Order: sequence, then C-alpha cells, then structure tokens
Amino acid sequence: MPCVADWLNNPFSIVQGIFTQNVPNSDWEKKVTEYFKEKLKENNATNWVPSLNDVPVHYLKPNSLVKFRCMVQDMFDPEFYMGVYETVDTNTNARVLHFGKYRDVAECGPQQEIDLNSSQTITSERQTFYCVPVPGESAWVKEAYISASQDRVSPSTSYTPSRHKRSYEEDEDMDLHPSKQKEQHLGNDLCGGSDIHGCVEPKRLETEASAGHHLASPNCSPPLDLNFPLPGEKGPACLVKVYESWESFKVNDVLEVYGILSVDPVLSIVNSDEREGSALDLMECMDTAEEQRVHSPPASLVPRIHVILAQKLQHINPLLPACLKEEESKTFVSNFMSELSPVRAELLGFLTHALLGDSLAAEYLILHLISTVYARRDVLPLGKFTLNLSGCPRHSAFTEHVYRIIQQLVPASHRLQMTIENMNHSRLIPHKDYAANRLVSGVLQLASNTSLVIDETQLEQGQLDTTGVHNVTALGNLITWQKVDYDFSYHQMEFPCNINVLITSEGRSLLPSDCQVHLQPQLIPPNMEEYMNSLLTAVLPSVLNKFRIYLSLLRLLDYSISDEVTKAVEEDFVEMRKSDPESITADDLHRTLLVARFLSLSAGQTTLSRERWLRAKQLEALRKGRLQQQKCVNGNEL
Amino acid sequence: MSSPASTPSRRRSKRGRGSNPSTPQDARSPPSQKRRTEDSTSTGDLQPMPTSPPADVQSPGAADALFSSPPQFRHSAIPLDFDISSPLTYGTPSSRVEGTPRSGIRGTPVRQRPDLGSVCKARQVDLHSDGPTEDVTTEQSLGQRLVIWGTDVNVASCKEKFQRFLQRFIDPIAKEDEDVGLNLNEPRYMQRLEEINIVGEPFLNVNCDHLRSFDENLYRQLICYPQEVIPTFDMAVNEIFFDRYPDSILEHQIQVRPYNALKTRNMRSLNPEDIDQLITINGMVIRTSQLMPEMQEAFFKCQVCSYTTRVEIDRGRIAEPSVCKNCNTTHSMALIHNRSMFSDKQLIKLQESPEDMPPGQTPHTVVLFAHNDLVDKVQPGDRVNVTGIYRAVPIRVNPRVSSVKSVYKTHIDVIHYRKTDSKRLHGVDEETEQKIFTEERVKMLKELSEKTDIYERLSSALAPSIYEHEDIKKGILLQLFGGSRKDFTHTGRGNFRAEINILLCGDPGTSKSQLLQYVYNLVPRGQYTSGRGSSAVGLTAYVMKDPETRQLVLQTGALVLSDNGICCIDEFDKMNESTRSVLHEVMEQQTLSIAKAGIICQLNARTSILAAANPIESQWNPKKTTIENIQLPHTLLSRFDLIFLMLDPRDEAYDRRLARHLVSLYYHSEEKMEEEYMDMAVLRDYIAYARGYVAPRLGEEASQALIEAYVDMRKIGSGRGMVSAYPRQLESLIRLAEAHAKVRFSEKVETVDVEEAKRLHREALKQSATDPRTGIVDISILTTGMSATARKRREELAQALRKLIQSKGKAPSLKYQQLFEDLRAQSDAAITKEMFEEALRALADDDFLTVTGKTVRLL
Repeated sequence: MPCVADWLNNPFSIVQGIFTQNVPNSDWEKKVTEYFKEKLKENNATNWVPSLNDVPVHYLKPNSLVKFRCMVQDMFDPEFYMGVYETVDTNTNARVLHFGKYRDVAECGPQQEIDLNSSQTITSERQTFYCVPVPGESAWVKEAYISASQDRVSPSTSYTPSRHKRSYEEDEDMDLHPSKQKEQHLGNDLCGGSDIHGCVEPKRLETEASAGHHLASPNCSPPLDLNFPLPGEKGPACLVKVYESWESFKVNDVLEVYGILSVDPVLSIVNSDEREGSALDLMECMDTAEEQRVHSPPASLVPRIHVILAQKLQHINPLLPACLKEEESKTFVSNFMSELSPVRAELLGFLTHALLGDSLAAEYLILHLISTVYARRDVLPLGKFTLNLSGCPRHSAFTEHVYRIIQQLVPASHRLQMTIENMNHSRLIPHKDYAANRLVSGVLQLASNTSLVIDETQLEQGQLDTTGVHNVTALGNLITWQKVDYDFSYHQMEFPCNINVLITSEGRSLLPSDCQVHLQPQLIPPNMEEYMNSLLTAVLPSVLNKFRIYLSLLRLLDYSISDEVTKAVEEDFVEMRKSDPESITADDLHRTLLVARFLSLSAGQTTLSRERWLRAKQLEALRKGRLQQQKCVNGNEL
Repeated sequence: MSSPASTPSRRRSKRGRGSNPSTPQDARSPPSQKRRTEDSTSTGDLQPMPTSPPADVQSPGAADALFSSPPQFRHSAIPLDFDISSPLTYGTPSSRVEGTPRSGIRGTPVRQRPDLGSVCKARQVDLHSDGPTEDVTTEQSLGQRLVIWGTDVNVASCKEKFQRFLQRFIDPIAKEDEDVGLNLNEPRYMQRLEEINIVGEPFLNVNCDHLRSFDENLYRQLICYPQEVIPTFDMAVNEIFFDRYPDSILEHQIQVRPYNALKTRNMRSLNPEDIDQLITINGMVIRTSQLMPEMQEAFFKCQVCSYTTRVEIDRGRIAEPSVCKNCNTTHSMALIHNRSMFSDKQLIKLQESPEDMPPGQTPHTVVLFAHNDLVDKVQPGDRVNVTGIYRAVPIRVNPRVSSVKSVYKTHIDVIHYRKTDSKRLHGVDEETEQKIFTEERVKMLKELSEKTDIYERLSSALAPSIYEHEDIKKGILLQLFGGSRKDFTHTGRGNFRAEINILLCGDPGTSKSQLLQYVYNLVPRGQYTSGRGSSAVGLTAYVMKDPETRQLVLQTGALVLSDNGICCIDEFDKMNESTRSVLHEVMEQQTLSIAKAGIICQLNARTSILAAANPIESQWNPKKTTIENIQLPHTLLSRFDLIFLMLDPRDEAYDRRLARHLVSLYYHSEEKMEEEYMDMAVLRDYIAYARGYVAPRLGEEASQALIEAYVDMRKIGSGRGMVSAYPRQLESLIRLAEAHAKVRFSEKVETVDVEEAKRLHREALKQSATDPRTGIVDISILTTGMSATARKRREELAQALRKLIQSKGKAPSLKYQQLFEDLRAQSDAAITKEMFEEALRALADDDFLTVTGKTVRLL
C-alpha cells in the first residue's frame, strides 16, 4: 500500500503499479481513475494537492499530482499517442511494456529503444484544452483558496513554503535538467502573478528581474501571448490533456482538474534547433512556425497537465461546497437559509450605502447580482437581468468604486470602460487566428456568471469605426441574446454565455437592457474614495463572506410558480392592461415576472407567493415612476 | 542487388494484426522493405530495427519481379521479397523498360502516386518493396491463394473483381450531379473509360458507394487497405483500358480515385482505428501552403569521371553516394538539381464545417497533403469532401535522445476532392445537398404528414416561445417550405421565383427579432443580418485580393450564402438606400449581378427574405398606411408576398392567454425545454424532407380556383375604380398554395391549398394594405405607395388650390404663407403643411406655377 506522499508526489509509481498488475487487459485505466478518485475523497485530500493557481510552477515538482482551477479557452485538435508501447533493450533484447498515458514523452532507458512496430502498441486518443485561470477572478476568491490549502499541514514535499526546502529542490531540479534553469526564470515572470501573498521574498524579486532581462534577449523572440481573455491578467496558462469524455466539456467551461504535471523541457526544444537540421523531414514543417509556438509553447511557461480527474465547476466560490447535491452541502445550505433574512437586510443596507443611499437601486442591484440564465426557450434566454443604472454622477469615480464593491462580492467580474478609444481598439470578440490555428481570446470570452460592469459614463461623442461598431453590436447581442458570435473569419459561430451585465450611465444607456433604474443619490460625499473605503472597512470580513455566500448560493436555487399564483398573475395582468393599455406590454409582464422571481429567491423562497408578486409590482411602479419623473425633469431642462 | 542474403524477421504488424514472419528472405530483398511500417509510422530512422541488419543498397532490380513468377516460392509460409502477381511493381522504372505482361500499357508511362504513400515516398519503392509486395505470403498450402502480407487481399482476385465491377456495374438509382451525358443503362464506368479515352484525363473517379452495392467485400478491402488495393485497381483499370483502346495516348497510366467512402463523414469522429484507412470527411479549407517540390529521385554526377547515378528518396532522405562506382573516387558525386525528379506537394488545413460542430466547442482541424495535380485544386474558404488515407506519424523529440514524443502527428493523404459548394456559385438547378434520411425517419415524417392538422401542428411548433401570431407563423412556415421551382428559360422568362418573401412590421418589442432569430437557427442555410450593420457588399459579394497569392477572390455575402435558404434581415428600415437597392434583383430574379474589379458575374441568390421593419415613428401609427409607417419604397414592398403587421392586440382574452404563456415560461423545468427541442429537430427534418423530395404541381381544380381567386381580387377593386390585384399577387398565391401542398407532402396542389393561400394572403393584406382612412383593403398602397383615395384627395386639393389662386386674379406672385392660410380658411377639412406643399407640387408639375423660396409665381 503506497503511502499518501506517494500518490501525491509520484503518481506514476501508482499508475505503474496498477499497470503491471493488470497489463493484459485494458481496465487498468479505469482502475487508475478509481484509485485517485478514492484517494481524493478521503478527508480533505483535495486540499493537500498543490494548486497551479496558487503555487508558481517552478515550485512544483514535475510529475507530481497537481490541481488547476481554470476556464477552457480553446480546444486543440485531438492527439493520437502511444497508449501502450514496448521497449527493447539493445543489449539483452528484453522487451518491456510501458504505458504512454499521462505522459508527453515515451520514456525508455539509456540502453533501450522503443519498438514502434511492436504488435503490442496501442494507439489511443486524447484531447488537449488550452486553459487559462478563470478570467476576472476576484482577489478574495484566490486568497480563500490559498488559505484553504495552507491551513492543513501539507504532507507533500513538493510544495513547502519553507525556504530551505525549496532551494534544495531547485538545485536538484537543475541538476536533472540543466536546460531548464533559464526557462524557469522565464516562467517566473508570468506565473508569479498567481502568487498574491503580500510578501514577496527577496529571492523572487531577483528572479523576476532577471526574467525581464531574459524576455528582452533575442533568444526568446517576441514573448508568447498567453491568450488571456482580459488584458492584464496573470497566472499560468496550461495545456490540459484530457483522456476521458472530453466531448462533455465546452469552451468557457470552468473546470477543476487533477492531474500529473509535466514540464519536461524536451517538449520545448523540439521546435527550435532541430528544425533546420531536418528540413527534409516533412512531418516537421507541417505546421507553421506560428502554430508551433502556440501549440507547443515552452513547458515552463505553459505547463502540461495530464488529467486524471476533471470536473466542471458550478461556481468558483470557495466559501460554498463545490457540489450542492451532496448530503453535507445540503445541511450547509439549510443552515445558511435559516439566517438568510438578516443577511439580506445587511446586504441591502450595505449596497444602499454604496449607491449613495438609494435603497431602490440597491434592491435592484441585489436582484441583478443573483440573476442567471436558467434556461433557453428556443432562442430566448430566460433569467437574464441586465441592469442599467442611469444617473450615475459622471466625474466622481463613482462607477469605479461601485465596481470595486461588486468585485468584493462576486467571484468573477470585469469592468469595461466604454470609451470611443476602447471600443475602436479593443478586442471584444474572440476570433480564430488561422495562421496559428488558435482562438484568439477577447474580453467577451468569459466564464458563466461573471459580472461584467460596463461603464458608459466615460463615453464621449465621437466616431466609431468598423471595429467599434462590431464591438458595440457584440455587446448588444450579449445583452439581448446572451450569446457571443465568435469570429471564424469564414463564418461566425455562436457561443451561448451567461454573463451578468451591469451598465452604469448618465442617461439611458445606448445598449439595450432589461431594466433601467435611475439613481437618486441621497447624499453626495465630498470625497468619494474615502467614503467608499470606509464603507468597505466597516464591513466585518465574516459579514462580507456571508454576502458572498448569499449571492452565489441563491443563483443555484430552483424556482417554481404554483397554478394558483399563475391565475392571480393572469388576472392582474388583464386588469393592468384594461386600466392602462398603453403603458403595460408583454415586455412589462416579462420584467415583472423576472423581478418577482429574483425577489422571491433573494428571500430564500423557491415559489412565488402573492405578496412577492405584489411587492415586485410595487418595485416596478416605483422604478417607473422615477423614470417618468426623470423624463419630466429632462423635458423641463430642454 | 547486393543486399544481404537474408533479412531476418521484420516485425510489421498492422496494428497488431498478423504474426511476425520471421523467416529468412530471399536474396534480393530491397532495403526499404523494412520500412514498411504499418501504422505508417515510418519516419524511417525513428524506428529501431533491432532485428534487422542494415540492408542499405538500393536494389531496383527487385522490381523486375514479374507477374507470373509464383514458382519462385520456396516455402509457402515464407514472405517473399519480390512481388508475385503484385500490381505494385508496375510503377518501377524497370517495368517501364521491360514492360509488363499487360498489353497496351507498355507505352504509357506510370506516374507515381505519392498520395498513397507520401510518408514512404515514391510508390515504386514503398509499395513494391515495403511490406505488401514482397510480403506475399500464402494463405493456402499450395501457394496459389496469395494475399498481401498483413491484409487479406488477394491481388489476383481483387483485380478480377474490380474488373468485373467496372465492366458490369450499372447504377440502379442513378441521378447524380456528375452523371451528365451518361447512358444510365450501360455499365457506368466503361463509359467513363471511354470518356478518358476522348478527353485524355487519366483519372477514374470511383464512387465507393457503387462499389459497396456491387461487392461488399471488395469495398471493405478498399476501405481497410487502400494502400494495397488502390494500386491493384489501377492495374485492373489500365488492363481494361488499354485492352479496349490500345492506341490511346495518355499522359500517364490511369489512376483510380475512389471517393465517397462511407467510413467517416465527420472530422470529429476520426479516431485511431481509422489510421491507414480510406476515409471521407467534409470540411472547409482554411489554409493552403505554397507548392512544395518534393524530390522523388536525385540525380548525381561524379565530378571526376562524369559517371551518373540516380538515387531514390528513402524515408524523406536522399542517401548521397559517397563513392563513385565507376572511378572509386570518394565524395565526388554532386547533385544535379535540374535532372532530379520532383513531385508537387501541398499542405492544406481543413477545418470542420460549422454544421458538424457540437455547440460550445471549437472546430477541429486536420492536415491534408495534396500531391501532383491535386495541388492548388482548392482555395481557402472552399467547402470540400475529401477522400484520402488517414496517417499517423510519430514525432521525434531529438535525434540524439532515444525517447520519443509519445504523440503522433496525423494527416490525410488526399486521393480525391469534391467541392461541395461549387454549385452554389455556378448554379446547377438541382438541390444537391439533399439530406439523407433513414427509413424510419422518413416513415415517421410521412406518418406525421398524414395527420389532418399537420399544418397547425407545425405552425405551433414554430417558435413556441413567441405567443400567438398564428397567421404570421403560418406564413413563415410556408416560407420555410417554399414553392416549386419552375423553369421558363426556354420561353425567355427565366426562372420563376419559388421563394416566398415576408416582411414583418410593427411595434418594437413585439418579438419580431426573436422570430427572425428562431428562423435563422432553424434552417441550415440561414443568414442573419441587421439592416443597420450591413452594407451592400456585405449582402452581395465583393472581390478581394488575397494578400498572399495576390489573387482576386470573390467573397460572398449574406444573400449569396443563404442561397437555397433564408436570409433574415432585421431592422430593414434602417438599411440605407443603396444597400436596399440590391435586393430588388434578388427578390424577383433571384440572382445577383456583380461587376467589380474586372469580375463580371451573376451569382445565384435563390433566397427567401424574411425582413423585419420598425415603424418610422417608433410606434405604429394606425392612422397611416404601411408605406407611410415604414417609409420603404413601394417597389420593394410589392416584392414581398406577405406583409404582416405585428401589433400588440388589445383584448382581454388575449392578455389572459399571454399572461399564462409567459408565466409558464418562467418556471418550466429543463425537461420540458428538452421536449421543445426535440420538436425543433423534427420540424427541421420535416422541412428538409419536404423541400428535398416534394415538388407539387398545380392540379386542374386548383388552377381554376386560383383563376377565380385572382379574378375576384381584381373585381373588388374595379368596383371602386381601382386595381386591387396584379399578376405579382397571383404568383404569390401560386407559391403559397404550392408551399401548403408541400406541408402535406402532396405532389398535387389542390383546392384546400389554394383556399389557405387565399386566406393567408387576404389576412396579410388586411393587416398591411388597409387604407386607414377608408378601412378598405387597397392593394395599391403596396404597389404604388398610395391608396386610391389618398390620390383622389390630393387631386381634389390641388384643384381647390388652383381655383383659389385663379380667384385671386392676375397677381403674378403670391406669398407662400398667405396662400397657405387662405387655403386653410377656405377648406373645411384640416390641411397640413405637407398636404399644401404636395398640392403646390402637383400644380407645379402641371406648369401652372413655380415655387421659389417664400413666393409662388404664376406662369
């Protein structure tokens, strides 16, 4: 029975063991996955596995078990690899079977050669995903994951934050792969970002400095674009090799993968020096240099993970159990639901302050934050609730602070400043680069339930060029249909998405929205920054965590409407139409039903009650009244 | 000739198939035989060949092996190094010299087929010496039943079967686009051979489907062992051909190009089992490389004694002779480039076609290698069906390191291309992309079609999330089915439009866009574009210069792309005038003419147009006519068969139903949605089937009914002194009736169809062509842009104005404002400024007066 450290540090020994035991038949693969599944189920075992998100890749031991929380950014072509191969000893002619699964390189000893024509060879197929850390992931999410993994005493030697240990390891590493040393520095620069502990050791600083130097050196040509959807993102990108049921994964899915880390430096050499030598070798000029760079980047920059277990994540909130279906998590949910109403009240108060004392806007903001597309009726996405917060003060950096507060509450978010400049020059829509054969990411390639805050207060008059028009159209499509048409140059392809869009604007936004709320500030703080900061510091971390759980959890609840209430709603609608046929349309009913839905959910109720319906109508009336009023004001001004 | 006397066992299993024949070989085994690597994993030096001593001397003589030499077998179980009865020799230079037992082929040079073994380079070596040929092993004791090693292919019987196929095969269900000019009752491929004789293109395309229906086993062999079987086919064809046409002069011997292998259709379903098999996949070309000359044979000359020698490519490398055989000088041989032989090669990237992609995933790509005359046959953007051999080759990490990257590189050696979209541009009047339905599916659809309420059923299955608007949905349904295409070219009228065009107009927020989105998602050839964002070129086509090749390329726009489909145009009213004008041609003639950058052409755009327009005042003004509300030119409007108004109806029962519908939308569970989705698939198939297989014609009764309907329509108007129907309306009626017959899967248009067409047409008219002032349906609103009464009123006003001016006496000029006020005072009806101006204009047209600035001058 191998000990714990074994399956963490040297998973290959486990796989090898299972492989040799079962070799004639092919169910060893199943047994391997089962073994690891069992291991990871054990009490909090998942926390022992070092995560590529928190630990820079050069701290991790090659060929150890790691985990990675990521979004599928692109899918490469499937690969055929040697699932099982045979080596022959050149001296003794002894034949040994090996497995090629979970490996990039078919290994063999110094005296051995691989027999490519062996009848034992089994060719298998695997799929490569290009994965990036979840775009726009909030800092608090990262911190929470890190602290979760550091709370336990890590039995693994692969990652110990003690300094002595690490340097020892590095030395060892360098002995093994002298060529890696340089790349490690390189990797440091790009992967260091995931390390967001406040303290950066002097040594790290040093390496980073040298990394910058390396990047500039001609050796590395232009730095590799890691293709993050959002500008300024950091963290490791990773080539994730999936062995099973890869059809079930989609682009933009958020995954948590457990697998074997592979940073074999051999992987990166393949392109550069050897190419000229074998110019005649046709197989190597099959791809353009560009494509080579993208599809087999240096392993130190873009490590490979050979997946043993992969699961789609419903959410990335570390404060919630990963899967809500399990028994344990049910108790968690019911416990939290019991104290829901005080949390809601507190959150409402908090947001009211944040929105300068406007409680109606705060109410709508809560509804917006728990909205999610729960179904699609042919082309119509249901459950999207795009909010347009109009009447935002223009020059006081108000919107920026609102975004900062949202960032504190939701697991992933992004702020898009809608300036002419930005619209004309930024890359919102992902497009296919056929030269490199990859999907070049754009800002709108976001994971589900990401909050996108579009700041329209920045927009000035000006000329939009073609890109600008396309970008604005894409934003409109995103809001209306919850889909983004990725540009494949010969055709477009629709990718459904589920993004919460909040638009802050002065007047009515030029983008469509489901619901416009005009902000009525009760107070204008002289120093916005101070005000907002004090607001944030005033909230206890535990309360803030409750807010976070609240917003993530309510999204995942089911909801229904009883027949009785349906009848009542019907009656109501007919009545309203009778009294005021001009202003009440089907759209209003749509919206009121949405408001009612989220209102019920925000109170923890999974069915619609009569009171909630009335409350929803009341909210709507208030909101509309405000808009009307605003129109009058504007009219007078004119 | 000097290869070692015995080549020990070579292990070459075809993915594990077969055991290792480990018997000594005959003396003349060529070196490359060991290269026969079954997964075609043969980047030569990669393979450790532990058991095989180097045998590096080239031995072209191996090719001398003649067809008729079975006695040379010594042991039945011994794989022989030369090919007995193997076709694979015929490609060697020696066979060229010595000739083969086959008659007639003698004079015709053989062309290498790198497509069958680009990995292993020239065929004469690889096919001959590699595995299959010399690895002939006997299956039965007497050595007569020979099969190619590693396969179950017996060359002689395979050849014979294929010859029988060529000579006998008659296509039972022939109706293929490329069958033009073939006598369907004669053996099909013999006619093809005749064609080759006349045209001189030495390629024979063989539809694998034909082969399959003729000989299942042969088909299976072709799919599994294309590398061995296709040369056999080549040989068989050439024998027949030169037998029949001994005097024919071809550039090289005929090569067989199988296509339409049913093995694979979709790139995504390629898996390791397909390696080395014949596959057909479809996809879109996304990149083509430059032409790469690949050396097939190097020519060396000794610098000292001018002795020359040829060296063939071996595993992608040329072994430079280090010693001159003639004068024994070392390192004196120099490569003479222009006497070496090269073949063309091109790398092509093929991407999965968008239709095959599961939602939410990115498309896969695959690398193709095209050889010789297949080079440059396709351009980026082309949709093609590719038939070829799927290959996988291991990647070497580093020559100095023994470890190998455990990944294979895969590619396809192209044998045959078939463009799938060529017809779209250069119209052959045939719906070539008929979807193939399984029998059960057809049965299910037919059963469905017999239901009496099928029309209602289908229309309610259409966009279920959009509430009510039954007639509009029915109209769109008929549009999806379309009328029957009629060809009147011989009488000089060209094609009659079969497509039905529909315009939806109405208040914003009445789910027009949603309907459009739904239709766009439903039909396979749909295009969605917004009037605001599209330009004329975006809709039609434009000429682009390819930056790489400097070649002019015609890029097609939405209208051309939706040929045989539906082009959904949202915000039709926002479209600018010049863009809209291209629609005139499309909507009636169904073609697009382009004259740009030296390219003049007419493209087919047989597309239905489903457009949505918002009223100009953002809210529909019921007091105005359709034209006034949406401000579209009536010339364009009259090209729409149906114009629907989507207004928000105001009645209690409707509200109640709407409310219930919406509420249900907001809590229904996922499963219910799934059901909905099923319906969409059925609907899609139903429409595809009807469009592909049903072409209703007018019956006698129906014709009568149509005539009556038309006469009736004309009569309505004539009573009031106006024309209420034009031939265009009659055509619309016919199309609608045909479409309705299609819904029923009926081959004949009957009175019921006409009735429904009439009803729908009337409904649409009622909505859109009602004169708001009189409440009478008036078609002239749509045809001339103005209702008859409005015209009359304008006339009257002009007369009144004339009278007013005349009553003023001889004053040569009048004040504009004054005149306006006078007229208003005089008239009992309210007169707007517009009306007044219109009247002035009318009078100006009569040369009665002119208006200059603020004064009106009499003439």
